[in-house]
Amino acid sequence: MLTLGPKTFSSRLLTGTGKFASKTLIAPMLEASGSQMITVALRRVDPGADQENILSHIPDTVTLLPNTSGARTAEEAVRIARIARAAGCGDFIKIEVIQDMQYLLPENYETLKATEILAREGFTVLPYVMADINIARQLHDAGAAAVMPLGAPIGSNAGLEMKAMIRRIIDTSKLPVIVDAGIGKPSQAAEAMEMGADAVLVNTAIATAQDPALAGRAFAKAVAAGRMACLCGLAGAQAGASASSPLTGFLRN
Amino acid sequence: MKITLNGSVVETDQTDLLALVHERGVDPSSLVIEHNLSVIKQDNWPLTPLREGDTIELLNFVGGG
Repeated sequence: MLTLGPKTFSSRLLTGTGKFASKTLIAPMLEASGSQMITVALRRVDPGADQENILSHIPDTVTLLPNTSGARTAEEAVRIARIARAAGCGDFIKIEVIQDMQYLLPENYETLKATEILAREGFTVLPYVMADINIARQLHDAGAAAVMPLGAPIGSNAGLEMKAMIRRIIDTSKLPVIVDAGIGKPSQAAEAMEMGADAVLVNTAIATAQDPALAGRAFAKAVAAGRMACLCGLAGAQAGASASSPLTGFLRN
Repeated sequence: MKITLNGSVVETDQTDLLALVHERGVDPSSLVIEHNLSVIKQDNWPLTPLREGDTIELLNFVGGG
């Protein structure tokens, strides 16, 4: 079971609501994947335009994880978090502070500042950060509920570009490690879980698949397989061969 | 009077938040209103007076990762 703040989850696949061709695909994806937590974002309404209500597509049994996308500073992230909670979205918040608009890479210092403030206010804080063992330790001390290093830039489907650094975070962090962003296919999610990640967050790869429900199911199986592989104690690779069958030479006297 | 609505200074004659929502043609069902940095619950929109210089954000939850 995955424990994040006050809640426990049997699924280790977190999903997102962005980029679906139709919002009606979200509920079937949640059902097929078994994902128990999903991200949403907060935006200004466009008067006159048709207003989507993303929350109406998410079953009550699924935990909402509002993100602070659009925030460029800790102050803006804190403001978005407070609005989301006041609007009835619960205490979970994914902190996402981005100043780099080319690669959408997260700003760790502002994220840490926002984490300190929001953890003190009782939020369950899941911060999205550059993969760095120092920020993981500082986030722990600041009261975060997990650390979410990126695998690769948001929406890139490039996989575990940060693999070596994520491995070091997994080795050293006292917080659950959730690999967020960039995971483009189930094998990459499985690899993150095999390495010892506690969970993964996948949005683009599922939402932009031709069949998001099937993609969600594939990711769920990959995450479960990767988790089992992590727990089973694999022996690891070696350079030479090691016979799996007896080589007794009875055919050669 | 002038207020700042979603980042733009606009002129309005409305006297409370609910009237402003109607004036702007925004669907209230999934709307979140931040009034001078405080979130106002829907029940309190008609009870929240508008004043010169108020800052109002009309927001809603959308898809995001």
